[in-house]
Amino acid sequence: MQIQLNGEPHQLDHDPTLARLVEALGLGGRRVAIELNEEIVPRSQHAQTALAEGDRVEIVHAIGGG
Amino acid sequence: MSQLIEDTPLTVAGRRFHSRLLVGTGKYRDFDETAAAVAASGADVVTFAVRRTNLGQDAAAPNLLDVISPERYTLLPNTAGCYTAKDAVRTCRLARELLDGHNLVKLEVLGDEHTLYPNVVETLAAAETLVNDGFDVMVYTSDDPIVAKELERRGCCAVMPLGSLIGSGNGLLNPATLRLILEQAEVPVLVDAGIGTASDAALAMEMGCAGVLMNSAIAHARQPVMMAGAMRKAIEAGREAFLAERMPRRDSASPSSPFAGRINP
Repeated sequence: MQIQLNGEPHQLDHDPTLARLVEALGLGGRRVAIELNEEIVPRSQHAQTALAEGDRVEIVHAIGGG
Repeated sequence: MSQLIEDTPLTVAGRRFHSRLLVGTGKYRDFDETAAAVAASGADVVTFAVRRTNLGQDAAAPNLLDVISPERYTLLPNTAGCYTAKDAVRTCRLARELLDGHNLVKLEVLGDEHTLYPNVVETLAAAETLVNDGFDVMVYTSDDPIVAKELERRGCCAVMPLGSLIGSGNGLLNPATLRLILEQAEVPVLVDAGIGTASDAALAMEMGCAGVLMNSAIAHARQPVMMAGAMRKAIEAGREAFLAERMPRRDSASPSSPFAGRINP
């Protein structure tokens, strides 16, 4: 199954939940925020949120800025 | 001797801050320098940006929020790099999720890459949406007093006109319009953008600004940590000078030493 992850095509070979994706990316426990098809998915719902073909996922974090 | 005036803390959307200097975290060499400069500035409010996470990056790499901790500082996520109201609103919602519900944001919607001048049409639209969605919006805007008032009417908790272009270090290019904004504002007015050196910050405070937000003036100084300390003092000096109320300007001289009693009258 393929999704758009941070603007790039991304192949999912695992159980397609957001929590599993975050783990697979090595971002478990990191301070990130996630948007699925332009809607925020709260951290508490990552485990229950299933991904579907073509979903657009954005994962963001804090960087230096003014 | 007349009584010393007790200053009140900077209050934005019910939050009270000890320091009237707000600082950004961009353009530093590394996180160590960021942390040292922010600490030396004495700032309580620290700005940062929200960006896509680099995937495949070492997951153990340090994160800005490990260095600038939400426990120690009031974090102010910005919408820098957004050119539409829609993108700015999305970015604020991501930031609120990132910070576990913290709803104070710095809204900036830019017009073009060359000037980074605010697009006030998009800024007004984004402000309205964000306020209705429960955000406390500190808004970067042009130094147009009518726009500043419109942003205040839409519920922004602080209005932050530019002194000059972002990152230019040109100081306060139009003090007259800034004064017009200050005269009519009922929310705190902070200068955001354009500060180049300590005297620029002091001037903004002497004019009655509630605070100043800066990034490049500190980060791009040859010695950022030393400049951060200079800015802290400039903000305090400018604030005290504002409260003390400066002497009137006059065109003629007025001797400070008495004429009476001179040895050769």
